[in-house]
Amino acid sequence: MDEPVRFTFAGALAGVRRTVPLALSDLAVGIIFGALAHQAGVSLLEALLMSSLVYAGSAQFVAVSLWTMPLPVVAIIVTTLVVNARYLLLGAALYPWFARLSPLKVYGSFFLLADENWALTIHEFEQGKRDAAFLVGSGLLLFISWGSTTLIGYLAGAIIQDPAQWGLDFAFTAVFVALLTSMWKGKTNLLPWLVAAIVAIAAAHWLPGTWYVLAGGLAGSIVGALTHADPS
Amino acid sequence: MQIPHSTIALVTILGMALVTYITRISGLWLMKFVTPSPRITVWLRSIPGAVLVALVAPTLVSDSLVTIPATLATILIMVRTKNVVLALIAGVGTIWLFRAIIHWV
Repeated sequence: MDEPVRFTFAGALAGVRRTVPLALSDLAVGIIFGALAHQAGVSLLEALLMSSLVYAGSAQFVAVSLWTMPLPVVAIIVTTLVVNARYLLLGAALYPWFARLSPLKVYGSFFLLADENWALTIHEFEQGKRDAAFLVGSGLLLFISWGSTTLIGYLAGAIIQDPAQWGLDFAFTAVFVALLTSMWKGKTNLLPWLVAAIVAIAAAHWLPGTWYVLAGGLAGSIVGALTHADPS
Repeated sequence: MQIPHSTIALVTILGMALVTYITRISGLWLMKFVTPSPRITVWLRSIPGAVLVALVAPTLVSDSLVTIPATLATILIMVRTKNVVLALIAGVGTIWLFRAIIHWV
């Protein structure tokens, strides 16, 4: 930890190389996002702006599923904030290595902070490597592939004329159910998810617009934190 | 005066981008003052899953009965293959199949 932290081109290049397998396995997710964005009535420019300026998978899927006319602007922004609140933890975990870099390097690099490059960077640091530009190289590859697969998916989605005819109106639900299946960690999820579902169903009845997503999400996650057996 | 949809969409995306960037940089900055407690850590980690549950739950109870086998097919294929694309195809395919059957009966 006392060894100085570097920030070099070679480090960034190492980040790019180490991220290739992960970027390849993520390609399909970007394509699905692009196709769903098209189905939701998001314009191509808007989809590309979202993937490059927001650049956060789960939050973008949620936003696009809430994309109705008139746009629930505040609900989408607040839900995005809540879904991405976990980035606070990722940033905090990088503190020991990034605290001593210049603000420009830190706040520039952190635009590209995502779950994947965070995990790879932490792994590098734990191996004793000391090049913080790894995060940037890794993030840049993910950024470029997220943007380009959004474009490919959007154009592919535009070919399909009548999505409901092919059952594609179920695509949003299917993607979320699939993501949830991969997030399932066993019994600890049962009560929080049940609470999230019940609160969301009730709130969908009583609250206007799309606030039920936030209500259920907050209720479920708070129950998760409160009932977690051993938070250490 | 009516604000055009494209302007509202742009404001929404810029707002999303801003709050997301704030979450990206605030964690490191806050570490100068506090470290997150284990309970806060558990809470923040469990938000995305709970939000996704909240998003799909009303759809699953209010939509037609066809969504039940489609959801089960999605889960089954996801558990078996761990592949989002295959799970998506299974779910959408089930909906298509059931509708085709209902249409022909």
